Formats: sequence, C-alpha cells, structure tokens
Amino acid sequence: MGKAFGAVAGVGAVGSLIAMKQTWDPLPSVKAAGFSTIDLSLIPENELVVEKWRGKPIFILKKTAEMVASQESEDAARDIIIGDAHYLVVIALCTHLGCIPAYRDAKKDFKCACHGGEFNVSGRVTKSPPPSPLVIPPYKLDGHIVLLGEEGPEYKKMKEAGVVA
Amino acid sequence: MAHFEKATGMRDWLNQRLAIDKVEKVMASEYWIPKNINFLWAMGMVLAITFALLLVSGIFLLMYYQPNVETAFDSVNYTIMQEVEFGWLWRHVHAVAASVVFLIIYIHMLTGIYYGSYKKGREMIWISGMLLFVTFSAEAFSGYMLPWGQMSYWAGMVITNLFAAGSLELNGVVEWIRGDYVPGQAFLGRFFMLHVLLLPLAIIALIGIHFAALRIPHVNNQDGEEFDFDVESKKYLAGKKKESKVIRFANDFMSKDMFVVSIFLMFFFYLVFWQYGFAMDPVNFDPADGLVTPAHIYPEWYFLWSYEILRPFSRDVGLIAFAFAQVIFFALPFLDRSPNVAAANRRGIAFALWFWLMVIDLIVLTAMGKLPPEGIFNDIGLYAALGFFVLWIALPIITKFEKKL
Repeated sequence: MGKAFGAVAGVGAVGSLIAMKQTWDPLPSVKAAGFSTIDLSLIPENELVVEKWRGKPIFILKKTAEMVASQESEDAARDIIIGDAHYLVVIALCTHLGCIPAYRDAKKDFKCACHGGEFNVSGRVTKSPPPSPLVIPPYKLDGHIVLLGEEGPEYKKMKEAGVVA
Repeated sequence: MAHFEKATGMRDWLNQRLAIDKVEKVMASEYWIPKNINFLWAMGMVLAITFALLLVSGIFLLMYYQPNVETAFDSVNYTIMQEVEFGWLWRHVHAVAASVVFLIIYIHMLTGIYYGSYKKGREMIWISGMLLFVTFSAEAFSGYMLPWGQMSYWAGMVITNLFAAGSLELNGVVEWIRGDYVPGQAFLGRFFMLHVLLLPLAIIALIGIHFAALRIPHVNNQDGEEFDFDVESKKYLAGKKKESKVIRFANDFMSKDMFVVSIFLMFFFYLVFWQYGFAMDPVNFDPADGLVTPAHIYPEWYFLWSYEILRPFSRDVGLIAFAFAQVIFFALPFLDRSPNVAAANRRGIAFALWFWLMVIDLIVLTAMGKLPPEGIFNDIGLYAALGFFVLWIALPIITKFEKKL
C-alpha cells in the first residue's frame, strides 16, 4: 500500500518537476528572436561596426589588406572570408567577466577597461586575464549576408579545426 | 468531543479554545534566558525587527513597482521616487535595511563563533542560521535586479554566468536560469517572483526553524556555562530571582532586547534620512543597457569578501574557491574539534588568534574586493584569499590540540 502510494506520488512529483523546469525554458518567441542577419558588403574597411545578436553586442570589422597580409595562420583561421574580403565577427564580450572591450585604432587591437585584458584584431588574447579568445557566434553565409544563430558549413569547419568551441 | 463550560469572560473563552495562557507561558513568560549575557545577544531581535522593516517597506514598494523591462526603471526612479507620497521613504528604508541587515548578520555570526554557540547540541541553530544567510543573500541579489539599472543588468549577467561552471561551459543552464540568452523580460519576471514571494516564504519558514532549534539546547551564555534550566527556572518561580541563573524571555529579556533595538533604530533612521547614499549605487541610476558595460562591476559591500576570493585566481580555480567560501561556514560545528564552549579568549591563544585573523582576513578581503584589481591590491587580495583557506585547514588541527577547560 505504502509502495503503491509512493509510486503514484513519485510519478506526480517527477511530472511536476518536468513542468516546472520547462516553464523556465526560454520561450519560443525568445528563441525565434535569436537570429540576426547582417549584410557584410556594407561594412567599411577598418571601421568597427557594432551589431546586436541575442541581446549581446557583436563586433564586425573588415580587415585591411595589410592586416590580412601580416597575420598569422591562427588569426586567419578565425576570419570569415567572402571573396578576398576578410571579416572579424565576434561576440563583443570579454571572456573574463563579460565587459565590452574597446577598439584601439592606433594599435589595431581591443582592450577591456574592466581588468586590462587585450585581444588582437582577430580576437585572440594578447594580455591576460581573459582565459580564451573572443567568441565567434554560430553563423551561416548566404552570399554577402551572414545569418547569426545558425551553424553553416563554414562555421562547422571552424568547429572541426577547433577555432570555436 | 472536548468538554466546554460557559466562559467566565473573554480570556477564559479563548483559553478553553486556544489555551492562550499556556501559549504565552511557553513562548514568553516561562521561556528562560540566561542572565550572563551581553548586548550581542540582542542581535537576533535586531534582525527580526530589520526583517519586519524590509517586509513593511517592501509591501508599499510592491504596490507601484512594475516588473517589466520597459517600465521597471521608471516605476522605481520616477513613480515611487517622484510621484508617490513618501515613496522615497519606503525605498530608502528598504535599501538601507537590505544593507544593514547584512552588517547585523555578520555581527550575529561572529558573536556565535566567538562564544562557541554552534556546538554541543547547538549545531542546528548554526546550520539553520547559515541557511538563512544563504537565503538572505539570494533575496538581496534578486532584489538588486528589480530597479533594472546598469548594475542590476550587469550583476545579473556576471552572477548567472557563474552557473556555466567555468570550463564546463554549461551555457544551457545559464540560458535556462535567465529564460533568455541575456537578462531580459523572463529574467526580470522570475527574479521578481523570487524576491517578493518564494524567497520571503523560505526566510519566514527558516526563521521559524531557527527559533525552534533554540528551544532544546537554549541560548548560549557569555561563559559557555552549562546549567539545568529546569532547576534554575524553579528557583526563579519560587521567588529566588537573585539566586537563579535565568530570567524570563518576556518581559525581562525583551526589555533589554528592546533597549538595544532602540539604539539600533536611531542609528538606522539616521542612515535612512541623512546617509542613504551608501545603499544606492550611482551606476544603477542609469537604465540597463546590454551594449554598454560599466567600467567596474562590483557587488554590494556584503558580498565583496566572497567576490574577492573568486577574483585573484584563474577562472576555474576561482570558481572552486568561491564555491568553497560559500559553503565552508556550514561545516564550522564539525571542523571545530574542541569540546570547549567558551569565549575565544578563554580557549587558549590558538583559537583566539584564529578568530581574530579570520575577522581581519574578512575585512581585508572586503576592502580589496572594492578596489580595482591592480598592482599591490592584486597581491594583497591573493594573499588574503589564500589566508582564508589556510585558516579553514588549520581549524580542525588547532582545535584538536586545544586544552579541555
């Protein structure tokens, strides 16, 4: 009797926990709003453009020819390439504690004012404390248009190469 | 069915149905408190009164506050502060009480540690008290989200990010807690619910448990003296009040309590009327903006010590250190291996030194948590954080060798 009662109550308890957990899940409208499209052909060279994706700021920078020529292969691996144009597209939150770094045009790098972390123009860490490079959001390319929030073949290739987590 | 007689009056009528005289005896006039105590024993009542202030001021704020990302900021900073008569009073009482309650909690905890009031049957008092501390922390954090200013938003961002557990990258958990990719409407709505309903309910229940945990072991005294409350209370009731080691909870002890409470309230309302600024971060008077981070993100003063334990280490080590700091005080009754219940200065130099070093370490951590993490402050913060761990590792060892009093 006790076991039967316990079993029924247990099923009810598990059921309610599932309902409670799912009530807290992001709503479909929130998830549907989790995509942004950006036309990369409109981005001027060496001028930082800030877009928004899932409420987070996104840095977009079209690299100059010198930048592309002088960069290491680890840097090049992080570029989104369309034709001969190389773009940096990253979530603009420092991987240390989530502050927004600033672009320093003179040094062509990013510096976070919160705790002094620095990133190069490809978003790789050049000065700690950030534990990892600026994060490349999942993206899908369609001509000049980049769709943020969906994993396209180019993003998957980056993933295989270990450039993105 | 129980037998009822025609009541001789209102009191008798209630007594037959609710036993109010008996309840009054059990709860107040024959609930016994030791005589050899000092003003630090009044901190519990000070906390109860502060909680009442938070509850009352919160009820009035709740009538005008709007838990909506579009309107929350203005409902606080315009409606409550500018339009509602005395709205500023409720807000300043609420903010100052939320800050001061932690000061009293820390004094209350350190008093317990100093006098050894957490062992020999008093473990559950300590543990229920620690649960109250954790719940109050959650209550403070959730309340801090509600004005939806810059500090609300970014503190919400940084603290919920901690649940990704560093390199485990549990981003799904973080998004589940937020109900969104970043703090937004779902986040504000659920933290509003937690702040005004679930957590206050938990706090009230825990206060009940905390008081109940006191009844069997009784409250400790300055000398850690163990005596028979039955014998002492009989002496008192027989009229030998001088000889007895106990007094009534009410009105004897309560009158002392209320004296301390009134001194506290003078200090409290001085803060509310003239010095409320310390409880209102200027950065939080800018509306939340997900595209601009404040230059320094720091918590309120009462979380600084544990924040500073997180900060000087690399991400994963910092998180583990932080988690350790959050729970280690729960284990105090079991890490203190000495049977002595006595004031720290009477337990021998080792424990007295441990106690005061812990106090100093917590103060240093608090100060460093507020300063920017640069140069010498970084080093001091690191050593203070390491010192915190050394003290906890040392505790079972030094108390094991403590001489029995």
